[in-house]
Amino acid sequence: MSGSTISLHRPFKDRSFGLVRKFLRINWLFVVCLCALAGVGYLALYSAAGGSTTPYANSQLIRFCVALVMMFVIAMVDIRSIAKAAWPSYALGILLLVVVMKFGHTGLGAKRWMSVGGVEIQPSELMKLFLILALAAYFHKASHERIGNLFFLLPALAVIALPVGLILKEPNLGTAVITAAIGATVMLGAGVRWWKFAIVIVVIGVAAPVLYHHLHDYQKARIITFLNPGSDPLGAGYNIIQSKIALGSGGFSGQGFLHGTQNQLNFLPEKQTDFVFTIIAEEFGFIGSIATLALLFMIVVIALYTAVRSENQFGRLVALGIATNFFLYCFVNLSMVMGLIPVGGVPLPLISYGGSALTAVMLGFGVLMSVHVHREAEFAVDEY
Amino acid sequence: MKRDSKNQTGFTRRALLIGTAQTAIFGAIGARLYKLQVDEHSKYQLLAEHNSISERLTAPERGVITDRFGIVLAGNQQHWRALFMAAQAPDPASVLDNFAKLVPLDDDERARITADISGRPGYIPVLLKDYLEWPEMAALEVNTPNLPGVIVEVGTSRVYPFGAGFAHPVGYVARPDVPEAKANNVLALPGMRVGRSGAEAANDDVLRGSPGYVQTETNVHGEVVRQVAHDNGIPGQTVALSLDVGMQNLAVQALGSQAGAAVVLDALTGEILAMASNPGFDPGLFDKGIPADVWKSWMADPMHPLQNKAIAGLFAPGSTFKPTVALAALKYGSLTPEKILTCNGSFQLGDHVFWCDNHIAHGSITMTTALQVSCDVFFYQVALGVGVDRIAEMAHTLGIGVNLQLDIPHAAPGLVPTIDWAAARGVHWAPGNTVVQGIGQGYTQVTPMALATMIARVATGVEVGPHMARRIDGNLQDGSDIGDWPALDVDDRHLAVVRQALFEVVNTPSGTAYGSRLELANMQMAGKTGTAQVHNNTAAEKQKNFNDATMAWADRPNGLFVGFAPYNAPRYAVAVIVEHGLFGAQVAAPIAKQLMTYALTNDPAGRDIPLTTRVSSVGAPS
Repeated sequence: MSGSTISLHRPFKDRSFGLVRKFLRINWLFVVCLCALAGVGYLALYSAAGGSTTPYANSQLIRFCVALVMMFVIAMVDIRSIAKAAWPSYALGILLLVVVMKFGHTGLGAKRWMSVGGVEIQPSELMKLFLILALAAYFHKASHERIGNLFFLLPALAVIALPVGLILKEPNLGTAVITAAIGATVMLGAGVRWWKFAIVIVVIGVAAPVLYHHLHDYQKARIITFLNPGSDPLGAGYNIIQSKIALGSGGFSGQGFLHGTQNQLNFLPEKQTDFVFTIIAEEFGFIGSIATLALLFMIVVIALYTAVRSENQFGRLVALGIATNFFLYCFVNLSMVMGLIPVGGVPLPLISYGGSALTAVMLGFGVLMSVHVHREAEFAVDEY
Repeated sequence: MKRDSKNQTGFTRRALLIGTAQTAIFGAIGARLYKLQVDEHSKYQLLAEHNSISERLTAPERGVITDRFGIVLAGNQQHWRALFMAAQAPDPASVLDNFAKLVPLDDDERARITADISGRPGYIPVLLKDYLEWPEMAALEVNTPNLPGVIVEVGTSRVYPFGAGFAHPVGYVARPDVPEAKANNVLALPGMRVGRSGAEAANDDVLRGSPGYVQTETNVHGEVVRQVAHDNGIPGQTVALSLDVGMQNLAVQALGSQAGAAVVLDALTGEILAMASNPGFDPGLFDKGIPADVWKSWMADPMHPLQNKAIAGLFAPGSTFKPTVALAALKYGSLTPEKILTCNGSFQLGDHVFWCDNHIAHGSITMTTALQVSCDVFFYQVALGVGVDRIAEMAHTLGIGVNLQLDIPHAAPGLVPTIDWAAARGVHWAPGNTVVQGIGQGYTQVTPMALATMIARVATGVEVGPHMARRIDGNLQDGSDIGDWPALDVDDRHLAVVRQALFEVVNTPSGTAYGSRLELANMQMAGKTGTAQVHNNTAAEKQKNFNDATMAWADRPNGLFVGFAPYNAPRYAVAVIVEHGLFGAQVAAPIAKQLMTYALTNDPAGRDIPLTTRVSSVGAPS
């Protein structure tokens, strides 16, 4: 009983699909939303540079275009081939995490980055996608009875725990928590009972004070700052205060493009990355920020819709995981900007300046579009 | 398929639940945004307006200038100054009133401050007052609440530890003028200075550095609560000049109260070891402000203290020009080392008589003797024989009358006339003009630096160019090493015979500079004296046997000397001019002797290499 292998004997339901037809089957509303978000990002980065296409806006646009092409290419890959690559890519992700821990370079006190052919990559970003693929492959053929079996769930927990542990070691608390949450969501989608999650949450709640003592100082500082921003007004709390002022001073209709005082006067360091949303909120006001939020929400909705429409369990679980990954990016970043959760280096996907998160997200969207394009694909099933 | 549809139903239910939860969270984020941006907008708007983090640029520390051994020639000293960030004051005018009650401001300063406030971006503070006294500073600190936006901080000002004696080579700095500050915001920063002369001006770009910034948090009243962040910027780089403090001091002392200049070069590299120009001035005054009476006294001084005579003073070279004339004639064959010409004490050309110095008849002599005793009549004939254009060509080869590409501003190229030059100027060039060229009078004008370059090139046969910036930020500059310069385009045999004549000038009893021969074992100086008329340089004047002590100071001839040492392995070149000092042999050669004695004793050009073992490709005694 090889529970985790997938054999691919059965043909695609509609064999006559050529590349062109496949291409046309891409969800174009989704592509429009992506481009709209990239456009919002372009404006924000143009403003962040004080009204200049350099150094941020143009280079980010080029990255987006490259990533978009990559997404189209991946969308053409048969979802069954992707399923076949699930475990090898998971192994590669683990390997990259180990390599980055040993040889990666340190940024802001953490070893998260490595350089591949001049491109900076953050293996923990890729790992989230690979974990989704691996879990989807694991649960693809599982019956309800087996999902009810605790011993069937333990390997899946190990598959989640391994990368989460490595990411914690980097150390990157935020991404570790997000990775665990994505894994949990995929398990939930696969049919694992709600009460089992409840037990895990209670256990974590009890263990939290103990774990807190094992956190790094900067992680503790973030949590304390979050709980009481006034305690360190010029350190980490400074960002939260300035960020909230930027949001609040935007008002209903904003201070006008390139006229946000908080933005233009550089109250927020590195605002083009994690705090990019403050630029939109300050200069375009509530209208601008709610419109951006709506676009982000559309992405999540289309991803979930893709999950529901897929006729195979692998595609469903992958789409659900990718939707959740994107949702968590938005949730963590926006909550951070609004001072709702501790500050923690999570960019706003498609808008923030930087290539690593963008590449990882668009890679995921490529897989998502493959799920969509190949939604009627049938997997050969060994057992049921 | 049945299993899968069961899976599908279950999944759809769960996905919808997850989707609902995510939608709810998106809704919560939207609601939170509404609360922050619409409900609480006025609160945050107020905070943004009073947002008190402000950034201002700070001036970087100017780079230090040192001599070749690291002794500081231009450094920085700290003092207190008051700055004003007008944007932080609700009413800048009243703040200025309050400030003026504590620290007096005159009308000019007030006008300047008002102009600066309106003309600059907010992140550049405006200077209220430099060089605050301690009581003023204390008064400002106590009255901080009445002075929103006023900052008291430590600034630096330029100090010149060696003062007037180094003012010409090192130069001075001053505040940027209004157009400069307009063109470059960085220069508008209080504390920024611009090099105006000497090494300060020549190396201004590397000395300046890049500004830093200070972020401060101020409360609603504009008082600084605390510093948020700061960056000191990048201080200017250290510039080590080729000067040797000991040599320069000696040159200044040797000139004493006389007006004049003395230049010592490393004859193999062109490095300037000393460049004295007397009198000097206090270079620090340009930074702090020159009192009117001092400025007037400088302007009225007949010795022109602000002029760097070493590179901008133009003088007739007199007899120091004779080696150049000789080399030109040797090159074109109109003169050979063996050729004998006769001096009867005068030389007649048409109906005009040109006299030898003191009307002495030197008899039938060779070039060597003519240089040794400085016979004029010999060189009248040589000049006529070779012609003015060829003399000019050789002068240019040797560095006279050309732009020497000095790394010091305000240098004058000097002039050696040619037929073309005369034609362009509408000057009728008579043979008599060529005659006086032979003894360095007439239209020829040289700087002491050009003379030093000439004698260095004659001494080594290397086409060195004088320069003063030796190391910038520790990096040795091009041209500072032996071998960085090409060979001179002059026949080595001609150079050797001229060098030998110059040796005899100093080291034989009948030589004009015998009195200034070196008193060192195994090392001799070679050189040439010169006494150049300054007043109405006509041939008619020359026949007067001037009894100079009775002449007015400004009418007396200039005394000159050029030389090099050691004779058998030339390393140092010297040029000295004492303005209106009478005879070069009496006033200039003794200064050269002191400088050369110092140079050969201390060997600043190659302290790590013993002089006696240094190999020279040229200059073996014949």
